[in-house]
Amino acid sequence: MTPLKLAERILQLVPVLLGIAVIAFVMMALTPGDPVEIMLGDARSTPEQRDALRHDMGLDRPPLERFFVFLGNALSGDFGLSFFHRRPVMDVILERVPATVELTLAALFIALATAIPLGVLAAVRRNGWLDRAATIGSLLGVSLPGFWFGILLIMLFAVHLQVLPVSGRIGFGQEVPPVTRLLLIDSLIAGRLDSFAAALRHLIMPALTLGLAMGAILMRVTRTAMVEALAQDYIVFAEAKGLSRARILGRHALKNALIPTVTVAAIETGSLLGGNMIVETVFGWPGLGRLVVEAIFARNYPLVQAAVLLYAATYVMLNFAADLLYTALNPRVRL
Amino acid sequence: MSEAVPALSGAKGIDWALAESPIAGNLRQFVRDGAALAATATVAAFVLLALLAPLVAPHDPAEGDLLRRLQPPAWMSGGEWAYPLGCDALGRDVLSRMIYGTRVSILVGVLVIFFAAVIGTLAGLAAGYLRGPVDIVISRLVDILLGFPYLIFAIGLMAMMGPGLSNIVLALAYKEWVLPCRVVRAETLAARETEYVEAARALGASRVHIMLREILPNILSPVLVVATFRMAHVIIVEASLSFLGLGVQPPTASWGSMVADGRQFLLEAWWVSTFPGLAILALVLAINVASQGLRDAFDPRLQS
Repeated sequence: MTPLKLAERILQLVPVLLGIAVIAFVMMALTPGDPVEIMLGDARSTPEQRDALRHDMGLDRPPLERFFVFLGNALSGDFGLSFFHRRPVMDVILERVPATVELTLAALFIALATAIPLGVLAAVRRNGWLDRAATIGSLLGVSLPGFWFGILLIMLFAVHLQVLPVSGRIGFGQEVPPVTRLLLIDSLIAGRLDSFAAALRHLIMPALTLGLAMGAILMRVTRTAMVEALAQDYIVFAEAKGLSRARILGRHALKNALIPTVTVAAIETGSLLGGNMIVETVFGWPGLGRLVVEAIFARNYPLVQAAVLLYAATYVMLNFAADLLYTALNPRVRL
Repeated sequence: MSEAVPALSGAKGIDWALAESPIAGNLRQFVRDGAALAATATVAAFVLLALLAPLVAPHDPAEGDLLRRLQPPAWMSGGEWAYPLGCDALGRDVLSRMIYGTRVSILVGVLVIFFAAVIGTLAGLAAGYLRGPVDIVISRLVDILLGFPYLIFAIGLMAMMGPGLSNIVLALAYKEWVLPCRVVRAETLAARETEYVEAARALGASRVHIMLREILPNILSPVLVVATFRMAHVIIVEASLSFLGLGVQPPTASWGSMVADGRQFLLEAWWVSTFPGLAILALVLAINVASQGLRDAFDPRLQS
């Protein structure tokens, strides 16, 4: 891709992001319920105090003005104060991001680690029992409602067998000093194997819930791509040259078949962000998704706006990255 | 005029028996697909259950009997066959609530997909045929809506509009129309260069006539395929919203909220969450299998 083309693609992102900002703003502005009343709750307050608070939060200004203030501030990373926490929204959000990132990466790992080997095997032994089983498994995977699968896992492993914790990220007294804020890595840095094991035990169920659903999609993609790759002339040629089966599969077929898998994985990682809200709620995972769900019920507008923008921007960027990746990996495609 | 051109082939050497009636040929192929047929029968059974809920359900779904609080399913000790799948925390019959819950899932799925298909098809036709500013506006809107993760968009809208059945339908349809729109736009772009459209234009047909009478009948199969395939997704999103408490409000039974109700009693009453979740899985799985069959039969280019 030429630098000019790349610049053009990046410019095309601007109106999309702007439109998302407008929708996020309108959505929250039209939401019924006065945030001042919600914030104060049952606390006694005079109308003057309420007006002062309203003014303080900029809620008494006209909507259009509020939007431009919101947009200007957002561009500089300032999303205002969280109504509830009385702290900058960005701080509250950034605190929760590492937990979500850790969960997402773990889910992505599970998805790829199941999808690629199964997809390849299913393609190689096409129409065999493994292919059939994998097809049925992936159909089940995309049809499973995540929240229910999570609850089934809790019932089996936490309630019945009592081998895994029900919720949270790590146990009391097992916290480690934050470095990357990804607990699996931080616990290794601190040399605390007990913390590592605790973090892993907390991570397994939510990561499985997200990862298997994604793996189901990726498995299908890998299988289809692999079937296609194996039918190509260069595979026949490689076979004719007498190359070993493993070499043909790994070096020739898989390398090409992985292109769509990687692309779809990047796009699906964006969708995982939405799935996170459900799974984090089910498992009490202290990430961004759960924060947003709580904020919606609390009508914490600034936080929801910021999070929606952040989610959407990440999603758009991941799609963009997927596009670039696809072009980079596949010289036949020129955007 | 449009009938003379088979919807999706256009290639040489087509089977003219099929070309005379492409839909009939597609249907023949669909019927030969055993799994898809069984899945369609399952979906039909769910639809019947939804329609006949008051006749089929053994109990009133909203009426609780506190003496039967968390009563286990019939085959467990303490269960009785009058309440085959047990009772929830308010002593309501789980089976009856599941049967009534079918209504919410099916209604939301059908309505959302219907609105999305109609709006998306019209918008896609307009964008693809008229081009110019209309296309730019619609395509930008599509890009923006695609930029939102689905659940976040739906949750935000539900927070704004408040819970309730009609609001769920609106919240989901606002985003769902984008997918048929993209498909229809691409198909229309291809169709507007074909001879039959050219001929209609030469004969002086109006733009509306060309879009609705010439192009539309020829691009309906991909819309049908996308629509059924998306219905499964819509049903899961509705269940997820209801699970979070943003969907249909109590006492109306919905599968998602039933699963949520049972969350507090996982230790003593696994059946409250488990059975409604199974129902979601069964319906969504059946729709997925059926839509795959449809896709294979109606749109060979989209074959998985």
